[in-house]
Amino acid sequence: MTDDRLIIAGIEFQSRLWVGTGKYKNFAETKKAIEVSGTDVVTVSVRRVNIIDRSKENLLDYIDPKKYKILPNTAGCYTAKDAIRTAMLAAEAGITKLVKLEVIGDDKTLFPDNEATLEAAKVLVKEGLIVLPYTSDDPIMAKKLVDIGCPAVMPLAAPIGSGLGIRNPYNIRIIMETVKVPIIVDAGVGTASDVALAMELGCDAVLLNTAIAGAKDPIAMAEAMKYGVLGGRLAFKAGRIPKKLYATASSPLEGMLGN
Amino acid sequence: MIITLNGEKKEVPESISITGLLEFLKIQHQRVAVELNLEIVRKDKFDVMAIHEGDSLEVVSFMAGG
Repeated sequence: MTDDRLIIAGIEFQSRLWVGTGKYKNFAETKKAIEVSGTDVVTVSVRRVNIIDRSKENLLDYIDPKKYKILPNTAGCYTAKDAIRTAMLAAEAGITKLVKLEVIGDDKTLFPDNEATLEAAKVLVKEGLIVLPYTSDDPIMAKKLVDIGCPAVMPLAAPIGSGLGIRNPYNIRIIMETVKVPIIVDAGVGTASDVALAMELGCDAVLLNTAIAGAKDPIAMAEAMKYGVLGGRLAFKAGRIPKKLYATASSPLEGMLGN
Repeated sequence: MIITLNGEKKEVPESISITGLLEFLKIQHQRVAVELNLEIVRKDKFDVMAIHEGDSLEVVSFMAGG
């Protein structure tokens, strides 16, 4: 699928599987899982540098920003103000203008606060950032985010870390019909079939973290996700058969043995 | 002098620049962003921007996350 490129804001992405770096046992496992997944996009958080203990290793010693596109997030922010502050700091760190904008509305569901997300997105787009917003699977919200300048939207499949898979594939389809920008399903997928389904629906990419990092064997799951995305994307491009209620024979009826 | 660094009180040398402070703390400049009294400091100002007694400073970088 060499001509099947994903381009967002002029940036070409090699992989349609985007992977988070949280919750791994250690950085060596993070690095291995990311390599095996075949991704070229990794998400990171923006946090205070540990001033007391400088001996701690840095994630970026393992994940080379020359090899991977670094996508900083605003995870943990509950207000537009905090998310703007975090995103601006991420941009100032000097590796990328990309930001995965998250403004969380509630700590039990980690559902996004869509109103605050839109408010923060407006400011960050004006500041020149490439804002990829995490949003609920709401076509109206997706349209509002695109209208103010987001070059892609990232609707959730299900609550972050829940592993429930795409809870509302019909909304995802309506989002794809409503906005003409790449759709990246973000959060809530559990296993390879979930990412395959997202790709079969026609989504442009899937971002996940816990589904790999929390698997019994994260490295094997990273590989499974790689093939889930590839298989789903190929199936989407191939065009599946319509669903029918009754059977259609696969073998010809001609040449059947006579009585 | 005492400043607030990433939310903790910290004793640092008098009239130090941001570059000087990062060196004092043995932090690599390349991948951090700095906020001085809630204002982001651009990297090209690290050498000239001085830190004063009582200032509040945030030094952030990229960490694991989803």
